[in-house]
Amino acid sequence: MSVSPDILTVEHLSMRFGGIVAVNDLSFAAKRREITALIGPNGAGKTTVFNCITGFYRPSGGSMRLVHDDGATFQLERLHDYRISKVAKVARTFQNIRLFPGMTALENLMVAQHATLMRASGFSLLGLLGVPSFREAEARAIDVARQWLDRIGLVDRADDAAGNLPYGDQRRLEIARAMCSGPALLCLDEPAAGLNATESGALSDLLLAIRNDFGTSILLIEHDMSVVMEISDHIVVLDHGVKISDGEPRAVRDDPKVVAAYLGADEDTAIEVMESGT
Amino acid sequence: MDYFFQQLINGLVLGSIYGLIAIGYTMVYGIVGMINFAHGDIFMIGGFIALITFLVLVSIGLTFVPVILLVVLLVSMAVTALYGWTVERIAYRPLRQSFRLAPMLSAIGMSFVLSNFSQVAQGARVKPIPPVITGGYTLHESAAGFAVQLSNVQIVVVVTTVVLLAIFTWLVARTRFGRDMRACEQDQTMAALLGVDVDRTISMTFVIGAALAAVAGMMYLLYYGLVDFFMGFVAGIKAFTAAVLGGIGSLPGAMLGGLAIGLIETFWSAYCSVEYKDVAAFSILIIVLIFLPTGLLGRPEVEKV
Repeated sequence: MSVSPDILTVEHLSMRFGGIVAVNDLSFAAKRREITALIGPNGAGKTTVFNCITGFYRPSGGSMRLVHDDGATFQLERLHDYRISKVAKVARTFQNIRLFPGMTALENLMVAQHATLMRASGFSLLGLLGVPSFREAEARAIDVARQWLDRIGLVDRADDAAGNLPYGDQRRLEIARAMCSGPALLCLDEPAAGLNATESGALSDLLLAIRNDFGTSILLIEHDMSVVMEISDHIVVLDHGVKISDGEPRAVRDDPKVVAAYLGADEDTAIEVMESGT
Repeated sequence: MDYFFQQLINGLVLGSIYGLIAIGYTMVYGIVGMINFAHGDIFMIGGFIALITFLVLVSIGLTFVPVILLVVLLVSMAVTALYGWTVERIAYRPLRQSFRLAPMLSAIGMSFVLSNFSQVAQGARVKPIPPVITGGYTLHESAAGFAVQLSNVQIVVVVTTVVLLAIFTWLVARTRFGRDMRACEQDQTMAALLGVDVDRTISMTFVIGAALAAVAGMMYLLYYGLVDFFMGFVAGIKAFTAAVLGGIGSLPGAMLGGLAIGLIETFWSAYCSVEYKDVAAFSILIIVLIFLPTGLLGRPEVEKV
């Protein structure tokens, strides 16, 4: 029995706020172990789609199906109250950085392993008594955290408060933290926002490593076209809440509808972006 | 000078009790952003549970003081923690998504419920107990005949406070629960997204706060030898003042503020006027709010972007 090649299937998704239609009858699929990018001009409804997928909004209509590697299937529109992150294992980041600024980099990664540690600690009791199995679990969690810190080059700053790290490091730490929660689908909302060229290069490497080494599927909203074109396996383009293009990076880049949409947004930038994509 | 040292000792003991209560205020404020006005009454409940446990133990013929103290401590911590958990569960959690004032009003109501319940159940009169811990040391005796006394009960109060504070600090700084608590304090949504059970963490915060208040209640009982249903009000407000003085939300600040309020109150009583000791303590609250709104160790409110 083979599991569906699509980890996430969105069908006829609609989201209305009063009279405003933010997302209109959107259907797309994100493939397993691929990086799917969701792009579009400002106000296209990308973040709204994210908020529907991660349960922050209840969609006005449509369905979103998530299928784990083991075949377990979840209808995301029916899960409430953080069950999407807990049960369906969808992790997300936000446009603005939401690390725990007062906690150390290491602690940030430890909190994300809460669920594992919770089970091992026998819901706190064994943990407080210092039972060996919990100590081992704690040690393993620290180990996982260390490996991630190593991967993002922050081992030396493990004990620094996350809020004191440079901006680019915070971005990558946030992604590492999301990965520590062991997600099946990782949703990143503009991870390259505000990064300089070097930092966004490091970010691309990190995302590719996540896909290649861990086989985690990634859904990505991004404005930085160099990042999108470099790492995406598949691109979905939204404009005014409607899907206008869907396909491989090359095909999407040459799609006249996409060019037009971006032209509508800002002529020079759009052309520049489309050309610099290669 | 001897008089000064005596007051210093008295002030530190009183401050320890205030500090233990203040931690409950500051923890709850840190995690849910509300002032738990019922916390003073939780302290009072702790005192009563200690009293009842003490009487039960004595009536079944237990006389070995250290065992009595330990059992009283554990029982009052456990039962009071249950009170704290229940109060949060029935009076605050349903209102968490409500407007900001709702939980505070509910807390004031809960405060009356607890104190009136104690009044009805235990009577309005002051309940005294004979001194449990007696004796002490004379540290220094001046020529004028004034002796600086350090009683055993004072030692017990301070040592218990220090030990519990050490355990508590370890809990917050080093354990999984402490991490979860700090995470919820900084970003509840994100913590929930990462799998932290926010409701449970908040419940545990109330439980720990109540357990520390129970210790304070028991220490109060040992030190003053009495409890009454109304003692939670003034002690609670003073501990709240201590939490504000230390910087609300800051745990070391709460202890520091508690010690400061204890010392100020004691010295004021010793050198100025006993009648006005509460006025002195509350004047501090007003002065701090005007000139040092973030308190001694508090961080200024960071604008969330």
